[in-house]
Amino acid sequence: MKSDKMRKLSSYPVEGKFGKYGGRFVPEILMSAIKELEEAYVEAREDPSFKKQLKYYLSEYAGRPTPLYYAENFTRKLGGAKIYLKREDLAHGGAHKINNTLGQALLAKRMGKTRVIAETGAGQHGVATAMACAALGLKAEVYMGAEDMKRQRLNVFRMRLLNAEVHPVESGSKTLKDSINEAMRDWVTNLKSTYYLIGSVVGPHPYPMMVRDFQSVIGCELREQFLQKEQRLPDALVACVGGGSNAIGTFYPFEDCPEVQLYGVEAAGQGIESGKHSASLGAGAEGVFHGMLTYVLQDNEGQILNTHSVSAGLDYPGVGPEHSFLKTLQRAEYATATDEEAVNAFCTLSREEGIVPALESAHALAFAMKLAPKMRRDQAIVVTLSGRGDKDVEVVADFLGVKI
Amino acid sequence: MSRISKVFQSLKAQGEGALVGYVTAGDPEPKLTPIIAEALVKGGVDILELGIPFSDPIADGPTIQAASVRALQAGTTPKMVLEMVGEIKNQRDVPVAILTYYNPVFRMGLDKFFGLAKSSGVDGVIVADLPVEEAADYKEAAETCGVDTIFLAAPSTSAARLQRIVESTSGFLYLVSHFGVTGEQAAMEHSTIQLIQRVLPVTRGRVPLAVGFGISKPEHVKAVIGAGADGAIVGSAFVNIVSRCRSNVHQMLNEIEKTACKLKESAKQHNA
Repeated sequence: MKSDKMRKLSSYPVEGKFGKYGGRFVPEILMSAIKELEEAYVEAREDPSFKKQLKYYLSEYAGRPTPLYYAENFTRKLGGAKIYLKREDLAHGGAHKINNTLGQALLAKRMGKTRVIAETGAGQHGVATAMACAALGLKAEVYMGAEDMKRQRLNVFRMRLLNAEVHPVESGSKTLKDSINEAMRDWVTNLKSTYYLIGSVVGPHPYPMMVRDFQSVIGCELREQFLQKEQRLPDALVACVGGGSNAIGTFYPFEDCPEVQLYGVEAAGQGIESGKHSASLGAGAEGVFHGMLTYVLQDNEGQILNTHSVSAGLDYPGVGPEHSFLKTLQRAEYATATDEEAVNAFCTLSREEGIVPALESAHALAFAMKLAPKMRRDQAIVVTLSGRGDKDVEVVADFLGVKI
Repeated sequence: MSRISKVFQSLKAQGEGALVGYVTAGDPEPKLTPIIAEALVKGGVDILELGIPFSDPIADGPTIQAASVRALQAGTTPKMVLEMVGEIKNQRDVPVAILTYYNPVFRMGLDKFFGLAKSSGVDGVIVADLPVEEAADYKEAAETCGVDTIFLAAPSTSAARLQRIVESTSGFLYLVSHFGVTGEQAAMEHSTIQLIQRVLPVTRGRVPLAVGFGISKPEHVKAVIGAGADGAIVGSAFVNIVSRCRSNVHQMLNEIEKTACKLKESAKQHNA
């Protein structure tokens, strides 16, 4: 066996773990289901017909590949490294989420499952799940915190239009973490018929690996596109981190290229010191939550804390175990951006480039705005624009005190 | 042999099944837990199971979720729960198992957790989200302190896994009766009886078998003991009494004792 020092980072997880992170911390009743899922996924991954099917849907349905756009005005304004944007906002549904939901929905169908359940925070993953299920003829049911349903009324209606059933979650803080709890409770009750389609690189093994694989289409495409434009690899990659799926999808094909700096940006909300944030890697501690060992925002007694961010998609107290691993190895650096910095970046990109970014992605942009001026003009940063910001216009207006 | 196993054994010798009674510790407030425990034992509970409240109890239905919220709001901590066990043990010589999710244990640290468990007299620990695959360090720490590690088996558990779980468990095997979360049920599923019959040949002669999740009525207890299980675990039925009577402690204790008494009667009568 290879020693761990020799092992390529991209060869993880090993037996369901990224170093010590990850694992399968779930009730016994779920063990058979996650093992069945792992077997089915590993088999599908090697099957040319599955790959062909996924490729077909990614290009013909989701509109891939998404462009890698040189943001010239934004670059000029910052006066440093060149900034490229990986335009996941142009994927079907307006976010990277569809890459994962198509992959998992195809897998669900292959496994003979008739019913798909999912959790959603802001509603983006719920919408992407509803789309993939509608396209593939599966029944989708989405758990969403009652509090989130109020904040994101439009996405609730969108999901229903897409033929999904939306179940309000009234337990706990009535937000994303509680909808995951509720989806898991549904899953243990309806194990045989139901496929649980997790929306990020979180949960028990094999989810963090599988979702990463489906999202790594982002990094694979951008690598090729960048090579074509610049005949080399980028100097830095920047992506926002909630659960961390667009970031891992961006980083994964570069994990074993040490010359490429990897930056994940978490939500500092109203500031780390305020306690109102979602920076699990920046301010959390190791813990076991939602089936995985990872960095978790928790109190001294191990109770999971409520989080805050102006962007609902980053509002999660855990983080994908592969990020915890990359942090510990110092292979990736994790920074934060506050609500205010994110809103500022949101407005700046809209003004300079005519691109309205999702508030989640605006966190990555806010960090890039600090990083670029410190780098040389012949260097380049790729920022993953994980989604478009139409959904956030109301929230931003409200934040700026503008009545619409 | 552990105290928990001994209780099962001596009850079996008398032709009785064991009644394991669960409440969430600290619900509705920490100072009431030892009094509630006393009522459970007085009514006939043979083994006490105390839950450490957790913010995200994914294996629990609405009843125990609500109890966890109340207990946390009342300021209950894992350390307080372990210390309560000491207090209960001063009143009554009853085996106590702690039920928890893994994060509070992980956060405290395995050695500290089991050190405190041992000094408080905890007899066994059940962790709802810790399958045998992830439990090597946990099991070692528990064994060092002489505390039973009670593992769960479920209807979805394969024959091969069941073997492994039975080898790892001590005190008893906690069998989850049906696909689902904890909570009272009007009627028990028939598949529960078949499940018990599937598991019994593996546990017999090695470790006692107790059945929980949805076991809330005397007839459920009678059915699982009648099917050959060594014990029945009742949780949500007691937690519902705590919830309903939380403004009238006298009535709460009365009802808990009466309910425990009826359930225990059914655990005795399986051969009749």
